Amino acid sequence: MKGATTEISHALHNALINMDRLQAQAILDGFNNTHGPARLVEQVIAPAMEMIGHGWEQGELALSQIYMSSRICSELAESIVWTPEKKPYPQPKMAIVVLEDYHMLGKQMMYSAMRASGYDLLDYRRMDVDTLVQRVAEDRIELLLISTLMLRAALRIKSLREALQAQDLKVALLVGGAPFRFDKELYRTIGADAVAHTISEAIRTVRSLS
Amino acid sequence: MSISEMTSLQRVLTTLGHQEPDRVPLILLLTMHGAKELGLSIQAYFSKPEYVVEGQLRLREKYRHDCLYGFFYAAVETEAWGGEVVYFDDGPPNAGAPIFSRAAQIDTVEPPDVTRAPPTRRVLTALSALKARVGDDVPIIGVVMSPFSLPVMQLGFSGYLDLMHDDPKRFERLMAINQAFTVQWANAQLAAGATAICYFDPVSSSSIIPPERYRQTGLKVAKRTIGAINGPTATHFASGLSRPILEDVATSGTVMVGVSTDESLAEIKAITAGKMSILGNLNALEMCRWSIEETEQKVKQAIHEAAPGGGFMLSDNHGEIPWQVPEETLMAVSEANRRWGRYPIRINDT
Repeated sequence: MKGATTEISHALHNALINMDRLQAQAILDGFNNTHGPARLVEQVIAPAMEMIGHGWEQGELALSQIYMSSRICSELAESIVWTPEKKPYPQPKMAIVVLEDYHMLGKQMMYSAMRASGYDLLDYRRMDVDTLVQRVAEDRIELLLISTLMLRAALRIKSLREALQAQDLKVALLVGGAPFRFDKELYRTIGADAVAHTISEAIRTVRSLS
Repeated sequence: MSISEMTSLQRVLTTLGHQEPDRVPLILLLTMHGAKELGLSIQAYFSKPEYVVEGQLRLREKYRHDCLYGFFYAAVETEAWGGEVVYFDDGPPNAGAPIFSRAAQIDTVEPPDVTRAPPTRRVLTALSALKARVGDDVPIIGVVMSPFSLPVMQLGFSGYLDLMHDDPKRFERLMAINQAFTVQWANAQLAAGATAICYFDPVSSSSIIPPERYRQTGLKVAKRTIGAINGPTATHFASGLSRPILEDVATSGTVMVGVSTDESLAEIKAITAGKMSILGNLNALEMCRWSIEETEQKVKQAIHEAAPGGGFMLSDNHGEIPWQVPEETLMAVSEANRRWGRYPIRINDT
């Protein structure tokens, strides 16, 4: 069975990076009908995204391929029906946000991947630190995913952490984006709990922080 | 003339000719640091061309690098198209919301006249004033965003990737109008006093699109655009990978390429030798926290890998030094380049 699912996840990987939506749909539908969404995510989608993430890390795949893969997955995920008992457990109260800039691509990809993996999360879109702290408090967020492109925005996470602490809000911060790729130590210096460089790494980290 | 008397322009031209000058040219791509020199906020600094002129001249006097940088901020281009610019106290001005809220706007939009739009006029005024101050001694670098990369600010990143994939006809229309704009903008900067144009093209990098897609899109746009620019161009991928496409980039007509810090200068040099010079590749983000010793080591390593034989200029990997990089670090880069970058290069593998 393991060999068969490996073959299926490889086939999905190939369909996604070649932007072959019909083939991807057929693979997902076939597996979902037989095994259900939880096993589909765990045994097919997650390994395929892992391969795609590895390809990105190695410089073998480009961002546009990751984006189109995530777009296809997101469209297909809408057709997957998650019954509550099949969703990943535990699920912390989560939100995703772009901090103070207009570059939404990373957030969109991450949001789609989380939804496709059966996670519920709020999409805060773009916010400044003050508004974000207020929303985190109101929504009782436990895990906040933050996407950044500009160094300046990444550095603002330090102010966010301080503002959260000042209100005694215990929120785990998972960060990602270009500044963290080019400076591997940056996430520590701004007080984030974890960093993820790929979508699959982010999903693994969400599991470990849950 | 003795080799020790080279001006910055001679040093750069010798390098571009794939010969060894007196020392490795230092191309410190400083923008916002000029505001620090003048004690101004970043927004105030970029509001008047005379501030930028004074800032650039003071920076060069301090760090003794081999260029003046006519670049204000990337969003100056979309600002000329009517877009919003968001200013910060501690980082580059950013483009606000994408200027096209609907892809259909591409069908009717026309590019602005760069000599009339206030943001681009400010840059042209600064370039003219810099040229009047330094004459032919120092290269003045003008900047354009490539027609292929500008849409990230026009449509947003995902909007642009969707357009490229789903709507080839409208994509071609956007490339045509952007090309007209970029050529006009580059040639106006050259006419105003820029010595060369840095053609920023991050979307073409192999980090963003696959090499085969680049050959079908970004490369064709680059060939058409660079061919119509009346001066030398350097292509910069703004930290993105370029190794898989370097042979293609060399056919675009560009004379130099900016290298990512994730790539080996020695490997890139082996591919580009005699065809394009290389610019790079100090890690601009890590530079924010480098010690003086670390800085010297990084400079020394880059020179060791890429300087022998000429064709190499020391710079950062992104095309803009972050605001957070301290003066001491920049001074250490300059000192290390003077110490280790003198030709013939004498750095051992150890």
